[in-house]
Amino acid sequence: MFNKYVNNIASNKYVNNKAAEGPLIKVQSALSWLCRNIARDKYLILLVLFPVIYFIVFHYIPMYGVIIAFKDFSPSKGILGSPWVGLRWFYEFFNSNYAFRLIRNVLLLNLYNLVWGFPIPIMFALLLNELKNGLFKRIVQTVSYLPHFISVVVIVGMVVIFLSPYGGIINVIIEKLGYKSINFMSKPEWFRTIYIATGIWQEFGWNSIIYLAALSSIDPQLYEAAKIDGASRWKQVIHITLPGLAPTIIILFILQVGRMMKVGFEKIILMYNPATYEVSDVISPYVYRVGLLGGEFSFASAVDLFNSVINFILLVSVNKLSKKLTDIALW
Amino acid sequence: MLDIGRLKRKIFDVFIYIIMCLVIVICLYPIVYVFSMSISSPLAVAKQEVWLLPKGFSRGAYKLVFDNPDIWRAYYNTIWYTLIGTIVNVIMTVALAYPLSRKSFFAREPIMFFITFTMFFSGGIIPSFILINKLGLYNTRWALIIPGAIGVFYVIIARTYFETIPESLIESAKLDGANEVTILWKIIMPLSMPIIAVLILFYAVGHWNSYFSALIYLPNQKLQPLQLYLVKILIENTQDLAANMLPGEQKSLATMQIKYAVIMVAVVPILCVYPFLQKYFVKGVMIGAIKA
Repeated sequence: MFNKYVNNIASNKYVNNKAAEGPLIKVQSALSWLCRNIARDKYLILLVLFPVIYFIVFHYIPMYGVIIAFKDFSPSKGILGSPWVGLRWFYEFFNSNYAFRLIRNVLLLNLYNLVWGFPIPIMFALLLNELKNGLFKRIVQTVSYLPHFISVVVIVGMVVIFLSPYGGIINVIIEKLGYKSINFMSKPEWFRTIYIATGIWQEFGWNSIIYLAALSSIDPQLYEAAKIDGASRWKQVIHITLPGLAPTIIILFILQVGRMMKVGFEKIILMYNPATYEVSDVISPYVYRVGLLGGEFSFASAVDLFNSVINFILLVSVNKLSKKLTDIALW
Repeated sequence: MLDIGRLKRKIFDVFIYIIMCLVIVICLYPIVYVFSMSISSPLAVAKQEVWLLPKGFSRGAYKLVFDNPDIWRAYYNTIWYTLIGTIVNVIMTVALAYPLSRKSFFAREPIMFFITFTMFFSGGIIPSFILINKLGLYNTRWALIIPGAIGVFYVIIARTYFETIPESLIESAKLDGANEVTILWKIIMPLSMPIIAVLILFYAVGHWNSYFSALIYLPNQKLQPLQLYLVKILIENTQDLAANMLPGEQKSLATMQIKYAVIMVAVVPILCVYPFLQKYFVKGVMIGAIKA
């Protein structure tokens, strides 16, 4: 093995040295390097063959298919046969009333989620960490992971039943307290609260796993030393626990911001209705509605592409910013 | 001075216990409530007498649910998708992750980039839809299996785990004349059961709970999974299980209670399984978090 590795490096160098001698030789030696590697790793190549084909077909071909955003696609003419229309669909989208509303809704839902949803798993993990290891701690953990395993359909189904003005438990309580029942699901002012609250309920326990893992990797000696110096429990959290968690928090924050434009549309499609479109409609359900249900493939594809590009730019720039400010980054 | 410190600590401990008990209540209450509603007597349900524990007892709702052939078919479909889908997922994921875990594999870096790129950028739902149509997968069972055959995140988890297996093991097997496929099957797989369990759990839960690809790709009702059926009963109210089976008043009572029973039927299998697999998936999340 070691010999092969040396050979590999040597042949690599060989390629580099020969490179100066002309393009033909360069190509030839690169090819021979490739052939030797393929011969050597033939079984590994055999293994990755199907997965790689899968990625080409189901991920890269759709990326190529994105060009329909710049065409007037009609299924009968196919992607290649449809005429180019340039940026027409993008103009159409931005001149519609929808663009502003959709983008505002995406950003607001994410903002609320960052403000409310992001800190809760951290606080939960910190509190859980203060419990001594034991049965109670394990029970709390197991129970808090439970909602994560319930499907979106069931979650939204329960929400609809609980909030129903006809005998839903929440409205029964409201009526018992002497107020009038509220038709929550068709009230725009309630949509964001319901969306964010159910999201927190479902994921706070699950999201705390990563923080708990990070907490368990903090050196216990640090705490010992702090105790000897007379640091209170609160001081220990401020000076040891939180700094120890910081890298994890930052990474997850980057990921969260990087996902900003992708609001989970599986849940929104189930939760929203025309009465709440004003606040509940976001880009992906809109793409689904206009594209797949309405058949405007090119237009919907353009809107989706805009979404993906913004999302990608966000991720890259937040990552860069974080690298500059804190030296912590995804890549 | 010392006593005050101890008192403070005690108070803080009590405070944490109270919060944790609250967490338990918040997480469990909806499920317990749904369960109680589903088995209480229809009268108690109608009178809003159930708050936590069941009042009275009735199997009526469950009987209506289980007497319905559509539910059984949807259930069968979900099991099919979960079983076949997970098998395909695990095989494909391992076949990709193992070569990527070998540092000597010459195409390791490019393939790694090739697949992680798809985590950050995708063609989107419309081009995928057109592709699935073109491939003839539309309205077939395979539309739910093949397009989601590999999750990049899980490849990274599996790869990270494989990398912890000592290289010397692989080397000595090679000296004995084993090729990579044999090594993977005979040496790596037996050592990787924890991570295989993680993959199975994550993929299986994903299949069990998914409805969206079925919504897009499977208009044929005979092929639809349970979750899509639940959408119709719970959210769109377009399926009425009690429609022809009961007279007027009883019917309206039952329609409500059936929803609770149906939720339990969909949730119970997972609730029974996940606590036992907890240590595995916590490990999976942690491995994923370190590398991803």
